[in-house]
Amino acid sequence: MTLTDASASSSAPAHRKLSTAKAMVEAIAQEMERDEDVFVLGEDVGAYGGIFSSTTGLLDKFGPRRVMDTPISETAFIGAAIGAAVEGMRPVVELMFVDFFGVCMDQIYNHMAKIHFESGGNVTVPMVLTAAVGGGYSDGAQHSQCLWGTFAHLPGMKVVAPSNPADAKGLMTAAIRDDNPVVYLFHKGVMGLPWMAKNRRSIGPVPEGDHVVPIGKANVVRPGSDVTIVTLSLSVHHALDVAEELAPRGIDCEVVDLRSVVPLDTDTVLESVGRTGRLLVVDEDYLSFGLSGEVIARVAERDPGLLRAPAARVAVPDVPIPYARPLEYAVLPTPDRIRRAVLGLVSA
Amino acid sequence: MEPEDRLGLYRMMVLIRTYEETILREYHADKKPVFDIGAGLIPGEMHLSAGQEPVAAGVCAHLSADDAVTATHRPHHFAIAHGVDLEKMTAEIFGRVDGLGRGRGGHMHLFDPATHFSCSGIIAEGYPPAVGQALAFQRRGTDRVAVAVTGEGAANQGAFHEALNLAALWKLPVVFVVEDNDWGISVPRSASTCVTSNAVRAAGYGIPGHRVEDNSVEAVHEVAGEAVARARAGDGPSLIEVHTLRLWGHFEGDAQGYRSDLEGVPGRDPLPTYEKELLAAGMLDDAAVSSIAAQARDRVEAAVAFAKRSPEPDPDTALDFVFAQA
Ligand SMILES: Cc1ncc(C[n+]2csc(CCOP(=O)(O)OP(=O)(O)O)c2C)c(N)n1
Repeated sequence: MTLTDASASSSAPAHRKLSTAKAMVEAIAQEMERDEDVFVLGEDVGAYGGIFSSTTGLLDKFGPRRVMDTPISETAFIGAAIGAAVEGMRPVVELMFVDFFGVCMDQIYNHMAKIHFESGGNVTVPMVLTAAVGGGYSDGAQHSQCLWGTFAHLPGMKVVAPSNPADAKGLMTAAIRDDNPVVYLFHKGVMGLPWMAKNRRSIGPVPEGDHVVPIGKANVVRPGSDVTIVTLSLSVHHALDVAEELAPRGIDCEVVDLRSVVPLDTDTVLESVGRTGRLLVVDEDYLSFGLSGEVIARVAERDPGLLRAPAARVAVPDVPIPYARPLEYAVLPTPDRIRRAVLGLVSA
Repeated sequence: MEPEDRLGLYRMMVLIRTYEETILREYHADKKPVFDIGAGLIPGEMHLSAGQEPVAAGVCAHLSADDAVTATHRPHHFAIAHGVDLEKMTAEIFGRVDGLGRGRGGHMHLFDPATHFSCSGIIAEGYPPAVGQALAFQRRGTDRVAVAVTGEGAANQGAFHEALNLAALWKLPVVFVVEDNDWGISVPRSASTCVTSNAVRAAGYGIPGHRVEDNSVEAVHEVAGEAVARARAGDGPSLIEVHTLRLWGHFEGDAQGYRSDLEGVPGRDPLPTYEKELLAAGMLDDAAVSSIAAQARDRVEAAVAFAKRSPEPDPDTALDFVFAQA
């Protein structure tokens, strides 16, 4: 493994900046060096380097035995990853767009997610299933969904969604080392890709060497006293932008980046709402029966008295993501919608 | 073949190529200097079918608007050859209210009930619905057929195989078409299956399979004619694979760094090949070539102008059409 030596790590490693995509690849590469059992498979993960650059350079480094291009046969190759994991290997398998989960969902929710349980804990499935999520670039209803709520609803798999490069590395490292199946969902809009409108925080400092972000621990990315915005992935950046914009107007938003949907860090949410008394959940997944309802339910179950105003949510209003730009931006959780929701909460 | 039929195939190929070149121009026009996939008049992914015209032209020449065509994420050539309204289709690609899907669908999701045309961005998942359309045609006692299209990469999906089996079992009027352009994004056919021809897979389901090797529109036309006739006669499905050509990238913006065959690609362009053939046969002369090109240009530019004139959808209507109105 290429461990950072002392001199390198003391020469301001925190200033080394990577895109989210590169940070993700670095984690996979380091784990592949550390553990012979880690390998990568999926469509276009080899010479292409992943459609969203999630595997760039791995083929050159590790060769085709450990970075395997597959046919377009998700049921077969995700199922194969499950089988390899059952035998103790640690596959990282990519489903190119999360939207394609339908063709292989049986392998995911009836096999990957249930084998450990059905075996009474005797069999583990230590694999990572990665997929790109999210919209905002007119890729239409079959290529723009987030769907983390769907995976989270079905028991037996952990579900993580990093918002920034450092977390992308830390969560990937944790996911590969986890003995459970982990679904790792990366938003195209945070990857720092050269061919997409770039979020300014999609390139940022990333620790060298070992870097683990524990799965199940939310991050208070901006402390504040008036409103808690609970969110994840790309929406964290929109929430931070809104918080910065509203601060001069005397509205102080606390932003909680969940980082992990399963397990969900309820304590951090409750502590934050305890400080602010107001809760807004921002979710790029569909509104109904999903993450936003779950977060609010947990607060309501544990301590409804924390809320000074009814909780609010901004999500995709139960409509497939439309293609035309004005329609798509009408349903995505845009900064504008988030701002209006915050203003509604503080004036309630 | 009758001269008029040959000219028809040529005209269709020219129209398709003109369309794709025009979309290419419009797609990139406002994405400069830095390519941003979400920017411009046509945002999102764009898969163009230049090089694959012979397949659509050859197959659709046997169809009428009563027959169904289910295309893929690379749908324009089949849409055009099947007679989908060019203006409405273009408006959809531009995300406008007068588009086929009122701006909801986009380039991979074109639906035209007038010609029973549809497509899907999910690989191979258009095959099973085509089987269902054929079932409806059969139940209603018609001689209509359903044509289902995939790429050779898609032939490794479960849906592909299940659809073949079901259609064979129920003797449905389906023509399964596989466009083998050698590449599934960056993965060559040799790295995705051990069969050298997907046509042999048909035997596994007890139906005829035929491979056209040279991207010749007339060869496609001939084989498709037999398959469509067989389906219309109630003799069940068949599979046609055409060894065709992806002239450009998988999608626009694809630098094709992985591609090992690029050098020879321009020389395999089927359009100049067919043009030369018709010129040599005396079926075309230079004047006819230019007039056919001009006609195609006029139609396509009119469609683009129509799309640009059509307004963008009103954001207040973003929640419309999730459910049918009572
Ligand atoms: C179920 C599913 N898996 C993966 C993809 C991503 N994808 C889009 S096109 C493509 C390659 C398709 O290759 P092929 O079927 O040969 O058609 P071609 O693009 O060559 O026309 C892939 C993998 C998808 N859209 N759907």
